[in-house]
Parts: sequence; C-alpha cells; structure tokens
Amino acid sequence: MPTSPSESPGAAGSPGVQGSPATAGAPYDLAVIGAGPAGLAAAVTAADLGLRCALLDAGQRTGGQYYRHPAPGLGATRPDRLHHGWSVYTGLAGRLDAHRESGRVDLLSGHQVWALERAGERDWRLHATTGPAADDRATVRAAAVLLATGAYERQLPFPGWTLPGVVTAGGAQAMLKSGLVLPGRRIVVAGSGPLLLAAASSLVTAGAEVPAVVEATNYLGYARRPGVLAAVPAKLVEGAGHGSALLRHGVRLRRSSAVVEAHGTDRVTAVTVARLDAEWRPVPGTERRIACDALAVGHGLLPQIELATELGAATRTTPDGTAALSVDARLRTTVPGLWAAGETCGVGGADLAITEGELAAHAVADRPVRSALLRRRSRLRAFAELMAASHRPGPGWTGWLRPDTDVCRCEEVPVDRIREAVEELGAGDARTVKLLTRAGMGWCQGRMCGPAVACLAGAGAGTGDGSGSGAGPEEVRPDSRPFACPVPLGQLAAERHPDGPGGPAS
Amino acid sequence: MRRTPADLVRAEPGPAHTIEFDGRPVPALPGQTIAAALWADGVLAWRTTRVGGKPRGAFCGIGACYDCLATVDGQPNQRTCLLPAEPGTTVTTQEGHGRADLAV
Ligand code: FES
Repeated sequence: MPTSPSESPGAAGSPGVQGSPATAGAPYDLAVIGAGPAGLAAAVTAADLGLRCALLDAGQRTGGQYYRHPAPGLGATRPDRLHHGWSVYTGLAGRLDAHRESGRVDLLSGHQVWALERAGERDWRLHATTGPAADDRATVRAAAVLLATGAYERQLPFPGWTLPGVVTAGGAQAMLKSGLVLPGRRIVVAGSGPLLLAAASSLVTAGAEVPAVVEATNYLGYARRPGVLAAVPAKLVEGAGHGSALLRHGVRLRRSSAVVEAHGTDRVTAVTVARLDAEWRPVPGTERRIACDALAVGHGLLPQIELATELGAATRTTPDGTAALSVDARLRTTVPGLWAAGETCGVGGADLAITEGELAAHAVADRPVRSALLRRRSRLRAFAELMAASHRPGPGWTGWLRPDTDVCRCEEVPVDRIREAVEELGAGDARTVKLLTRAGMGWCQGRMCGPAVACLAGAGAGTGDGSGSGAGPEEVRPDSRPFACPVPLGQLAAERHPDGPGGPAS
Repeated sequence: MRRTPADLVRAEPGPAHTIEFDGRPVPALPGQTIAAALWADGVLAWRTTRVGGKPRGAFCGIGACYDCLATVDGQPNQRTCLLPAEPGTTVTTQEGHGRADLAV
C-alpha cells in the first residue's frame, strides 16, 4: 500500500546523477531546492505555467519536514492520521506525478545542494552531493533558482541537554512520522513556539504519555492583536485541534516555564521545570521535578538560508530574532535570478509556504498573479510575524546555564570557556568566540549552538536589551557557512579539477 | 494495551529483518532508518564523544546535528538518522573521532 502518490525511486533511479540528462542536457528553466510545501507548490505551479523544472531535495521522499511520512516499506495505510491537511499534500504530490510523467519536472531526490554558483546571466550551477563516494555528485544547470530549503530548529542549551533521550521536538516528530518510533514512553515536551503543541499532540496520539508541555512564553502576545488572529481562522482551528487532543489525553500546559535541567547519567530520567519571569529568567524556589524517559525540546525555527547568504543575499531580522531572506512582493531575493519562498523568507507554516511557492512560480514565469493570492500571503505573513514576536526568547534564559553546561555539542565547549573568551579575551562577536573556543566549528557547523553562542557573545538571537520597551530586535546576522552541508573531500577535489580522477563535473 | 505509532497509522509493514548492533541482533522494519530501529529496541546511545567520552544518540532526527554518528558496515561517521537499516547492516558504537574526511 503506497503511503503517497509520489514515492520516488530514490537517487539511483533518478535522472540528474553524473552524466545523466539533468547534468549534461539543456539547462532547466527553473531549479527548485527543497520539496517541502513551498518547493512542491512552486514546482507544480511553474510546470503548470509551462516551465521545465528540476526539483531537488536532500531526502528520499517529497513533503519536507512538515509532510514527512512513513517509508513505503512500513505500509502505513492511514498516514493522514499523523498530519493536518494531508489531502493538501496528496494533491500537490499527485500534480507532481503528472508533471514528472509528462517530463515537465524532474524530481532529484537524495540530492543535497551544497553550493549555488551564478555562472552568468540566467546561468546557474547547483552543486549537489548524493552520497559518500567521490563520484556521488551532480551539477544541475538552470536559468533561475528558487530556494525553498525550509527551516531547522533553534536550540537553547541547558544543563543535561546532551543526555541521550533529550531530543529536538522536531526530531521526535520526524522520527515518529518517518519511522513510527518514539524516544521513550513518558516524554516531556518543552521550549517555545507552536511546534511544541503540534509535537505533543502527535506524541500522545501515537501512544506516548506526555506529563507536561512546558512553554516559556505566556501566550499573551497573541491576545494583544486579536484582529490578526480573526483574519486567519484556519490557524485557530489547527491550534484548537492540537489543544483538544492534549485535553483529551490530560496533558498539562505549563506556561511561563522552562526545563532548566535534565537529570540522568546514561540517559534522561527526570527534568526540573521552573517558572520564568517575563524576561525568561528562572524564578528561584519554583523548581519541580518531573520523572520522564525522554524530553523533546525546541525554541522555534531558524530559516535555512546559507545557500543564498553565501552569495550575498540580503537578510532581515524577524520579530523572534532570526535572520530570514529579504524578498520583494514577487519573492525575489536581492541576488538576480534567485527567488525564495516559505520559511526561508521567515517562518510562517505550511499554508504560507504553499501560497508563497505559487506566487514565486508566477513571478519566475513572469505571469500576473491573482490579487486574492497576494492578500492571502499578507494575511498569513502578518500572523507569522505576530507568532514570532510572542515566542521571541527573553534575555534571561542564560540564567539556567551552569559554568560546565556544554553549549557546543559537537566540540564540547562549555559555558565558562565561552564566557572566558568574551570577558577575558575580549571576543565581542560570535565569530571571534568561535575562533577562540571552536564553538560552532564541528560537524553541525554551529546549527545547534549558533543562537546561544551569539547570545553569550552579546549579540544575536534573544539577547534583547532587557528593557522590554517593545523596540524592534537588534540586527541578526546569518551564520557564515561556505558549504551548506559537509561535503566529502573527494567530491570537492573533483569539482575543482573537473578532468581529474573524479571525472568531469558537468 | 498501549497504543503504538504503528496502530495509529494502521501500518501493515513487510516482514521484519535484523541488523547487528555491537554484536547483537536488533529487529528492523522495512523502511526504518538505523536510528529508528535502535529507538524501537530501546537503544538511545551509539556514540561516545571525543573529549568527555559521553554517550550520544539521535538528537535532531533530520540529518542536521551529526550527534547520531556511528560506524556502519565499517564506515565511521555515518548519520544513522538518515541511513536505512538494510538486512544485515552492522552498526558499532563509535568512540571518539572515527575518521573525519568531510569539509565543514
Ligand atoms: S540525529 Fe541529528 S544528524 Fe542524525
């Protein structure tokens, strides 16, 4: 029983691997990077409008993180039960299949793009890795590029966050949706942002016990702008859906609280939850211990935009202190020929991503758009900005750190080494801290510790000025990552010496 | 009886197969990643860190954090949250470096 109409045969059966039509043939009109809601909508809309598209994704199945679904071998006959709006996905996937059949869209799954190269006017080269060997690489040529790479979770460290059993909220959901597994039986969900309610509701529906959802904000931010909320009833229904699943399973929502420590030696066995003040400072004396065998934690999402920022694309600072791509009303970035849609333009959820994907496709094809679509985008964007503002981390979160809490998980750099770099060695920004301590220089390239390091260095996400004046957040600069993912050295060598042992690159 | 994720989606998986983790058999369902098969068996850690020798397993579940590295069929530094568990796959706990040949 197929789980969706759009299962891909995988990289091996796809075009676009070395020497195949996608690399050797005529350039595509449009290359879309990311097959989540935004990228799927963009590719099928662009194909509807007559463009020949390549749709690249690092994963083996379309849908991205939002519509992540079980592998076909697991035989899920009701994958819809893990998703809101599953029919929206199957609709897009069905359109994609039709366009693949007619040759309008080539789906290149298992292709992780690590660099974008602008070889000339309307002449892009996308460099992708498809596996560990030197030959596992592909170069895709296209006249225009649309970045729909989505987002990854923002993490803030706390004592014990490196224990096995402490997982990201999105990770718990991803492992559940794709592999039908849970990290434990009694799972505390903590952090901040709407993803927490979605994660908790999936976990309880799938049989886990969730003793508490611990949310750092008090949600009052939403109530202050009722007009924006009333304009997006679908969002409210979705929120209420999670809420009723949580109620039914007796899950307790603890607002203005945080997990300030995870306990255990080889794996997590309990967490300490404390109340937070308005600045997210833990209030002494309010700690209580909750037994659990897993913790799913996350503090909102960060747009994944390094492919664009490495080309100098301008960014803006969102109300929750993340860097997102600056785009105009036609979804153009400041780099000619490069469009963006969805979370890369600021986190806002699947509905907004799909709307922006459609808009961007029209813009690339140079076609007019229905004004209803434009209105829908501005309504959903307004809601996204409101949500972002209410879940912005308060500067007081560093109050739950201890000197020996690891901030960088990869290089095992604790808080006191970072503070030493800042206070004694005078490092005034994240870059200098990184050079002095190696924080952010490991495998994940600072994806897990970046916001925390920036904050401890006195700049970036969630530091604020502590005045609570409501002034806009300070400018956040995106992290620099010359490669969007680690690339096997043999592939890099082959790119640089196209006629060497690795064979021609394109 | 407790509800499981498989109950929720009415899964009718193909027959289970076996992978080997540190010399012992671990069941896996077709389509599951190595990390998923290990979680299903109650295993949460399959790596120790280079500096502190601390246990680690899957954290982000989507290929971004590199905490879930293990030695798979003799190849160190493999992200088990992305790699499918194939019949007979051998997974060993990775201690420290493994071998780092990626440009980051
Ligand atoms: S769990 Fe993060 S890369 Fe596998």
